Amino acid sequence: MQIIQPHYHAIARTTQDYERMAMSGVVAVCEPAFWAGYDRRHAETFIDYFVQISEFEPTRAAQYGIRHFCWVALNPKEAEDPGLTREVLDAMPEFLDKPTCLGVGETGLHKSTKNEIDALQAHVELAMEHNQLVLIHTPHLSDKAHGTKKVLEVLDGLDIDRNRIWIDHVEEQTVKSVLDAGYWAGMTLYPITKCSPRRAIDILEKYGTERLLVNSSADWGPSDPFTLQECIFEYRLRGHSTQEAIEVFHNNPCRFLGQNPKWDIKPIRIETDTTV
Amino acid sequence: MLSPTQILDQYYLEARRDLLEIAALLDRYDAARLRDGADDGNHVQRDILRRALTHLADSETPSGERTSTLLELFAET
Repeated sequence: MQIIQPHYHAIARTTQDYERMAMSGVVAVCEPAFWAGYDRRHAETFIDYFVQISEFEPTRAAQYGIRHFCWVALNPKEAEDPGLTREVLDAMPEFLDKPTCLGVGETGLHKSTKNEIDALQAHVELAMEHNQLVLIHTPHLSDKAHGTKKVLEVLDGLDIDRNRIWIDHVEEQTVKSVLDAGYWAGMTLYPITKCSPRRAIDILEKYGTERLLVNSSADWGPSDPFTLQECIFEYRLRGHSTQEAIEVFHNNPCRFLGQNPKWDIKPIRIETDTTV
Repeated sequence: MLSPTQILDQYYLEARRDLLEIAALLDRYDAARLRDGADDGNHVQRDILRRALTHLADSETPSGERTSTLLELFAET
């Protein structure tokens, strides 16, 4: 089965990931800009990072037959310096023009401070000015419900196309508000601190598959890109067909990301599904 | 050995995850019963889980005996 990994931080992972992902059906990964584990102090550091994910990383993935796409943004955790935020935003349009860059992300909120909210708003406005997709991070753990509500409030005040915005890391307490508002929602599978494969399938079974994405967001912390395959396995174990799995784990990413013409991977349909 | 604070710092998030999995399992079970509308009358495992959760929530449970008590409870199946 062909799989798309919509949220994956490749620069934090070894090449062995690519090899194993290729062997397990992954045909494309998308790498949003991420936090480095410390707060970067210079816009140039971000620029070099954007070069890495827009130019180098696609070549590393290509060695294993995997397409690599990226997103650019300043991370919400680094939004407390408005001057740095502005410098990074000013540098981003050059990268939005790169052939594998899909949009602005991951922006969003961490502690939902005023500076974070201002940065989120500026990122979304930049994306809309440049006709880009947006990927929005929602906070972790106890900050999630409040932060997601705040994200929706910020977006309510902006002139946006909701179908072009993906709000990520939803869980049971936030998914309904995101879907009801007309956005795409992403479920991130983490071994401990986010959604589990079984809970993600519960959400798919409860809310349906429309405008829902599943990803592993594998990074330098406790994470595992193969929770995505574990999730597919659980989905199939519960009796969902191969085509239904393709709709969630391949075609839905194509539907959202395909709104950017640089994404040329099309939804697929198997002719006869006898594997239910 | 770890201090009480260190134990919570080390294992809280894993316990949180495990409790969420149990909550999700019970939600899944309830949703299936609502969806299928069938009651086969066999809820022994569900009742054992409920008794186990009640036992864990009981502050009168003697310290250090929760695990063995649950194992004895599960042995009833």
